[in-house]
Amino acid sequence: MAQSLDRLRESASQTAGPYVHIGLTPNFCGISGVYATDLGSTMVSDKTKGERIGLKIRVLDGTGTPLKDALIEIWQADADGLYNSPTEMRGAADPNFFGWGRCPTDMETGVCAFETIKPGRVPFRDGRLMAPHVTLWIVARGINVGLHTRLYFSDEQKANGEDPILARIEHRVRVPTLIAERQGDIYVFDVHLQGEKETVFFDS
Amino acid sequence: MPSESGSNRKPETGTFFQRERTWHPPALTPGYKSSVLRSPQKALLSFDNTLSEIAGPAFGHAMLGELDNDLIHNFARPGESAIGERIIVHGRVLDERGIGVPGVLIEFWQANAGGRYRHKKDGYLAPLDPNFGGCGRTITGEDGGYAFRTVKPGPYPWPNGPNDWRPAHIHFSVFGHGFAQRLITQMYFQGDPLIWKCPIVRGIADKAAIEALTAILDTQATIPMDALAYKFDIVLRGRRSSLFENRPEGN
Ligand SMILES: [Fe+2]
Repeated sequence: MAQSLDRLRESASQTAGPYVHIGLTPNFCGISGVYATDLGSTMVSDKTKGERIGLKIRVLDGTGTPLKDALIEIWQADADGLYNSPTEMRGAADPNFFGWGRCPTDMETGVCAFETIKPGRVPFRDGRLMAPHVTLWIVARGINVGLHTRLYFSDEQKANGEDPILARIEHRVRVPTLIAERQGDIYVFDVHLQGEKETVFFDS
Repeated sequence: MPSESGSNRKPETGTFFQRERTWHPPALTPGYKSSVLRSPQKALLSFDNTLSEIAGPAFGHAMLGELDNDLIHNFARPGESAIGERIIVHGRVLDERGIGVPGVLIEFWQANAGGRYRHKKDGYLAPLDPNFGGCGRTITGEDGGYAFRTVKPGPYPWPNGPNDWRPAHIHFSVFGHGFAQRLITQMYFQGDPLIWKCPIVRGIADKAAIEALTAILDTQATIPMDALAYKFDIVLRGRRSSLFENRPEGN
């Protein structure tokens, strides 16, 4: 025997289930009057610094069918690469950009549309710059533990080529699963839960 | 949105303990049929947290409305209240080091006392309660403590096996201080025999992990002649000490 580490264990995850909207976006599913607006539904104001972009994200199951009952959260740095977080020690982020957003997939099309700004580059642990990216967290019925991944940008080829996380992907053929395609001011991104094009999900 | 952290403590900036994947349910739990086509099959990409995972949004208490943590009244018509067993759910949000986590947003949602959700996809024959919406939220205090008032949700049948029933449960969404701590889970009620039959619960291999999601009746926290109480603590990933960090790797 030895001493105890006296640590607790993380509460086990359980699926968000089919009715996640009630808790996280009640106005979206017709429960009005409890909260004035759904949290995370607006990310930018006219005072926010940075290039306006749209993200159009879908989540596809193993048959290629878009999920209509998923919920996506995004978390990103501001235009200068600073996080609006008490943990951010490098400086003050844009006070007009919270950096976090939440969107349910459309019940007909399965599309999540975010209006945000292009994030700046954030340093990796060793000081090298990561490419601009948006952290994604996806929950839905049938997903037992929220899925964590990133969205990178197709017009940032050079930065993507230097990115230390993308560089860790052993099978290079899977790197494009993390890169959103620019179409005008919109970036289009399909998350594949399974199959040949399965998105690289993270354990971090 | 105000980004006060709700705490006077100096923020910690260390990385998080790795997630114990065998303690959580795996992605694929065939007894829960919806997981079959929605579970990633390839290995996850593992890496130590970067700033993107270490940092996270902070929600200020100012965003909360007066009835946000009172599901008995937050959807009810004036002077009326939701039907069902009145309960208080309270506890603390801790991290794996046992330290209370202040200033974290908790959101919860549930079926009504009959087991029916206020959602157009729920067609269970139990009736809606016109005075019950089913959602609430709060932010933890300085010691990580939280509480809310609601009615005990009913169990309900669901399309999975031919005769599967969910145990009574409340869904919880929890933010930590870092986005890597983000967690959604469910709270069950002590003594409910449906817990051990549920395919979603049984995705968790370790009995102790299931027990840790089961709230305990807390008769000391009841409000006499008003509401029973259940205690439910939530544990988020712990942070490593940053004493030896902030140096380039290899130095
Ligand atoms: Fe549920």
